[in-house]
Amino acid sequence: MAFLATWTVAAAQSPSPPLDSIDQRLQPCMVCHGKEGRATSEGYYPRIAGKPAGYLFNQLINFRNGHRHFPMMTYLVERQTDAYLQEMADYFAGQDLPYPPPQALNVPPAVLTRGKQLVMEGDAAQRIPACRACHGERLVGVAPAVPSLLGLPRDYLMAQFGAWRNGTRRATAPDCMAEVAKSLSPTDVNAVASWLATQPVPENPKADAAFAEPPPRKCGSIPEQASTGAP
Amino acid sequence: MKKRVIAGVVLIALLVVLIWFLRPGDVQTGEAPPPLGAAPASEIEHGRALVNLADCQPCHTARGGAPFAGGRAIPTPFGVFYSPNITPDPETGIGAWSAEDFWHALHNGYSRDGRPLYPTFPYTNYTKISRRDALAMYEYLKTVPAVRQPRREHELRFPYDHRMLLIAWRRLFFRPGVFQPDPQQSPEWNRGAYLVQGVANCSACHEARNALGAIQSKTNPAGGLVLNWYAPSLTNPHEASLRDWSEADIVTLLQTGRVGMSAPGEPHAATLGPMAEVVYENLQHVDPAELHAMAVYLKALPDVESSARARPMRISSAGLEGTMKRGAKLYADHCARCHGDNGEGKPPAAPPLAGNRAVTMDSAVNPIRIVLYGGYPPGTAGNPRPFGMPPFSPTLTDTEIAAVVTYMRRSWNNNASPVSSTEVARNRTGPLW
Repeated sequence: MAFLATWTVAAAQSPSPPLDSIDQRLQPCMVCHGKEGRATSEGYYPRIAGKPAGYLFNQLINFRNGHRHFPMMTYLVERQTDAYLQEMADYFAGQDLPYPPPQALNVPPAVLTRGKQLVMEGDAAQRIPACRACHGERLVGVAPAVPSLLGLPRDYLMAQFGAWRNGTRRATAPDCMAEVAKSLSPTDVNAVASWLATQPVPENPKADAAFAEPPPRKCGSIPEQASTGAP
Repeated sequence: MKKRVIAGVVLIALLVVLIWFLRPGDVQTGEAPPPLGAAPASEIEHGRALVNLADCQPCHTARGGAPFAGGRAIPTPFGVFYSPNITPDPETGIGAWSAEDFWHALHNGYSRDGRPLYPTFPYTNYTKISRRDALAMYEYLKTVPAVRQPRREHELRFPYDHRMLLIAWRRLFFRPGVFQPDPQQSPEWNRGAYLVQGVANCSACHEARNALGAIQSKTNPAGGLVLNWYAPSLTNPHEASLRDWSEADIVTLLQTGRVGMSAPGEPHAATLGPMAEVVYENLQHVDPAELHAMAVYLKALPDVESSARARPMRISSAGLEGTMKRGAKLYADHCARCHGDNGEGKPPAAPPLAGNRAVTMDSAVNPIRIVLYGGYPPGTAGNPRPFGMPPFSPTLTDTEIAAVVTYMRRSWNNNASPVSSTEVARNRTGPLW
């Protein structure tokens, strides 16, 4: 309850940004992603505040070059320089703001149990790694390029799995998330997204500085890993 | 009665034959007015600059695809065109084309295999390019990396999918001919005219087309509806005529995608939509001397009042009053913080809306689209961190957007026609640009 109060007060007290500022320049982003990029856990649009800068920058580039498809995003970023997109990513990554409470979903307990199992342990029989193996023990992501899985609406999470399966969301090869998404059944996608959307964000929502153990898959969007050739 | 019909048919047939034979001949020769900037380092470099200004790469490159390898979808009222591969790949590109083949395409609008080309490829403008310049473009295109990528068939509606109909279209609407300088005008005006009319193919978007897709500037000096946006007329003082602008401001707009907005009262404009692409992809890389020549020519274009009839009022005066009230409330809630309580704008972040031709021009397509989708002007060397307009399509209904656009078009001495929610709804569909 105290947390909720902090959240409301913070939202109400945000003043209008000065005109010649980066805040003012990024007003178009905030219509959907919320003030300072902190979309709520309701609806569709993902929160971008506090996400790792490398991850955000990669997504802006992916919208620009057609690896991700959302016409409004592509339209907004397609004619901007790398330097400006990096500045946008850095701005939202630097937002250290409280999270709203998680979604209250009416989902059968068995679905949540399966979701939790996949997130925490994976499914060895189906060659599905645990989410936390790459997204961090606390699921808040790993700097600079692996995003948090918490504080996102279920609809957004489900849509991303769908987009990876049919190739409308891609990342630099090897595209590890596309591989994982293709091996998950629709039932399991629902389980994972439902469980994640109902989890609270830990008190320190900042991404981990480094992997606790080498991640189980090779991912092209993780720079250090790609350059060292670690597994 | 029957006799009259026969006489009519015979008369029409005779007229067609007459037009067929009396059409002026092709002008194949003519030198381009010389460029006024720094001389290019080589013929290939000269070609590269022309290919850039001719906007070849953006149309002939799919999103994320190899440059010039084609495959970009170009939506038109006649269906979707897919640009072909113009890299030097011998099988799927133009690697097997001779210089003469290339000239024949640019100047006459024919493909190497003898098929007439659709005028989506603006050979109606490129025909003005001199032979020497066309060959320089050919030499440059031979140097880009060859990519094997077969062309995708156009998806056109009947009867436009019948390419041979273009033979008749060409007779009616196309006369090949290299640009002929006007000795009464300055070298700079002539260079600008050559670039604007020919190489840069400005009229391909900025002039209205008839129902058959032909540019009809003589009878209808309006802008064109292209790629879901309205390209304003460059001769209409209520649209984008540049007569009252300084040449320096015109150059700045073409080079940086934005001008003014640092102080109230000065000329101001920003490019969005397809024009933002032209600035981002091409114009920002053009020699400023060439842009200046274009500015000299554009500024000298005579003003022509549009003969298009005024848009009908589709709303009763009582209805309009209610719409204006709702619009005023929406404006105060969503727009006034940046654009000012009286549409005066807040430099440098937001342009004025009072007296802004982009808001008040006859076509309401652009104001509707800018409220629906927002957008950033291009990020250029001269404007690397542009301010942007937020999109309101996710949060406002069609009726609300119609009300707020109507309010902006009819407040603070603006006196343009109101906008209906049907018009807003129509702009919710189709690709963004």
